[in-house]
Amino acid sequence: MSASAISQAEYEQQESANRLGLWLFFASEAFMFAGLLVARFYLWGDTRPHLDQAVALIITAVLLLSSYSMNRAEVMIAHDDRKGFLNSLLITAALGVVFLIGVIGFEWQGHIRPTDGAFGAVLYGMTGMHALHVVSGIVFIFIVWNNGRKGHYSADRHWGVHACAVWWHYIDLVWVFFYPALYLIGTAQ
Amino acid sequence: MVIFSLGIIRGIVGQIVGTAVGLILVTLIRLLMGLPAWKAEPAMIIGALIGAVGFMIGVGALSDWFKWMGGKETPMHHGPPTDKPAWTRYFSVDYNHKVIGVQYAVTGILLVLVAGSLALIFRTELAQTGLQYIEAATFNTLFGMHGIVMIAGILLGVGGMINYLVPLMIGASDMAFPRLNAFGFWINVPGAILVISALFMGGWDTGWTGYPPLSVLAPMGVQAFMLGVYLVGISSIVGSANTLVTVAKMRAPGMSWFRMPIFVWAAVATSIIQLTATQLIGLSFLMVTVERVLGMGFFNPVLTAHAIEVGSPPGNVVLFQHLFWFYSHPAVYVFILPGLGIISELLPVFARKPLFGYKWIALSSLAIALVGFLVWAHHMFTAGMEPFLRIPFQFATMLVAVPTGVKFFSWVGTIWRGKLEFPTPMLFVLGAISVFLIGGLTGPPNGTVTTDLYLHDTYWIVGHFHATMFGGFIFPFFAALYYWFPKATGRMYNERLGKLHFWLILPGFWVQSLGQIAVGLLGMRRRIADYDPALGIQNGHVWITVAGYVIGLSVLVMIYNLAWSARKGPVAAANPWRSRSPEFQIPSPIPEHSYAEAFVITGEPYDYGLPGATYVAMNPSAAPAAAD
Ligand code: HEM
Ligand SMILES: [Cu+2]
Repeated sequence: MSASAISQAEYEQQESANRLGLWLFFASEAFMFAGLLVARFYLWGDTRPHLDQAVALIITAVLLLSSYSMNRAEVMIAHDDRKGFLNSLLITAALGVVFLIGVIGFEWQGHIRPTDGAFGAVLYGMTGMHALHVVSGIVFIFIVWNNGRKGHYSADRHWGVHACAVWWHYIDLVWVFFYPALYLIGTAQ
Repeated sequence: MVIFSLGIIRGIVGQIVGTAVGLILVTLIRLLMGLPAWKAEPAMIIGALIGAVGFMIGVGALSDWFKWMGGKETPMHHGPPTDKPAWTRYFSVDYNHKVIGVQYAVTGILLVLVAGSLALIFRTELAQTGLQYIEAATFNTLFGMHGIVMIAGILLGVGGMINYLVPLMIGASDMAFPRLNAFGFWINVPGAILVISALFMGGWDTGWTGYPPLSVLAPMGVQAFMLGVYLVGISSIVGSANTLVTVAKMRAPGMSWFRMPIFVWAAVATSIIQLTATQLIGLSFLMVTVERVLGMGFFNPVLTAHAIEVGSPPGNVVLFQHLFWFYSHPAVYVFILPGLGIISELLPVFARKPLFGYKWIALSSLAIALVGFLVWAHHMFTAGMEPFLRIPFQFATMLVAVPTGVKFFSWVGTIWRGKLEFPTPMLFVLGAISVFLIGGLTGPPNGTVTTDLYLHDTYWIVGHFHATMFGGFIFPFFAALYYWFPKATGRMYNERLGKLHFWLILPGFWVQSLGQIAVGLLGMRRRIADYDPALGIQNGHVWITVAGYVIGLSVLVMIYNLAWSARKGPVAAANPWRSRSPEFQIPSPIPEHSYAEAFVITGEPYDYGLPGATYVAMNPSAAPAAAD
């Protein structure tokens, strides 16, 4: 939003509306992700395919780690530490890219193909939809990074950073549900 | 070029260019990958998506956001354009919620007209047994297109009422996110263009529900239809989030939740459904899309050899129906809750009596919305769904009748011993109640497993849902158009033409609806181009078709009336209905920024006829005094 032209009170009022809007959007997206989980349990029941557990564990850890660096970024801009803020953003984006490489470069190269019945459809459907959101998060990070580089955020006015951060945490949280549904629950066939 | 100053023209050019880019892109990629260069469906999908983005760029709905991404600030431009005629703002991106409301409503009416014309074509075919004018495949495309374009039209009409009225009723200067609001309207236009373009891609034969496996096997038209619905769904999601934030954050001082105009409650309940459930129709259509182009077998019961080797279970078509109806049952409440809100809003004005049981009405909207999430499988009693789900869904369905009954009770209580007046809006409100009653009474037999096994997929169902939609949306929407017309245009519509409209459509609709119900009971299946003369229902079909034409004619009367009156009608008073609602306390037409000064809420909204009761305390500088 227009940052400098308005008073701090107006900025905060707009920000509280923005925040509610963002959380409503999260609620909406939650229904879509829940729909995918429903498909998983409806079609797979208590079975699951054999997948590469090591890769899954690594990328899950990487994604959780990226939430930490994202949190650092937000804390740092709140303390006007511009340099640390920008670096933390880059680290987050890099971890996101590692996650994507793990999904697309490794997990998707296994023996399950998209056309393999319910296993293929659900596996690629869930990881693909999630990966798409990770990509959107990385794009968001770069927009914020670019604006941050130009000095557009300050300790008390950085709604864009906050929105980016919660969006990232949200995508992370979705994976926390997807990971066990795909890799842990049910007996591997 | 003057014409390119219209956003919509730039948008359509953008959509064409974007589509072309998409087609070329997919072809190039396929060439690079060494595949046969041309494959229609993937090219069409990518073309459609880039085309939609092209439209939004062309129309200018993304301009400010692009600037924000680059860190630039953009002022909120308000008011008519300075360098072109004032009417052009209706064809371009404009951030005023009243303009957007009108854009929604007019586009909605246009879509309803298109969909209605399609219906008249296949109704003409059905007037006789045998096939006279169209082929079976065309018939299939026409009824599917009729259904989905109507639904899009209704969603836009709902958006029109909510966008125009909610900020006015709560005393907000605009919606919370004006740019998102404009985006939410404009994304419908490429969506509608896509849906209608399905006609030129072989059509499709699944009807609006798009069930696999048929939708996986259908011509490419089904893909255009699903992508179009996807875009319209985006509009529902962003629009409803905007509405909820607006109501939560921007109410006038003194307007507690239980002092909001009742329509605002309906808007809130509607928005909760749209915000959440819409995702699931999107997801289900997306699954069909990836099954069609990537062979991902969500719904395919047949396994490939490799799938068997890796031990995969098969796909399941019933999953689609669960996901689809999880949206599409609640969606019927999206269609009707705003309309029922209009009924409750207008009845006290024309009965000059307080609304009976305000709190119950307010909460019944929420209750309908929430219970509505628990009944979806009543559409699947014959689908081969798990049998143990039948009884719970039967009883959950009956439960919805309770809050709906609360509304009827309140309407009767409000009319009871009131001083009724009967201008056109009131006629439509009363007509709506009578029509919705037909729809409501035909619902429970569908929700009861034993009877539904016979009624399912017959014309009875067609009669049922037309009555609910006409009673719950079409009639109240028309009431709203007449009622707020003087506020929007500053002129009065022609009362005699308004009454003519009403006295054509009401009997027309009764005949159509009762006729559909009757032929359904006598054995007419739905979604079928022909029927056996031995059923003895041809006369019934003639009646239904003639009634359809009468309804179409009546709508043309309305359009003529409104279009003519908007320019030539007598100048309207600020408060022609002696309403207590805040938007009637300011001049007609409503000024650009609505309220010159903030107002305060000091009483209950519907205390009509109670001496000394006030609702809105306007600043003395604002126009007329509150009504009695
Ligand atoms: C008293 C409340 C209602 C009950 C108990 C009820 C029940 C049902 C049931 C069980 C069906 C499925 C019938 C079948 O396919 O065999 C059905 C169909 C339908 N209902 Fe209702 N309904 C009610 C109100 C409404 C309302 C208010 C609307 C919309 C505005 C509506 C719109 C529809 C539509 C569109 C269908 C057909 C869907 C399709 O298969 O294309 N109903 N209703
Ligand atoms: Cu239903």
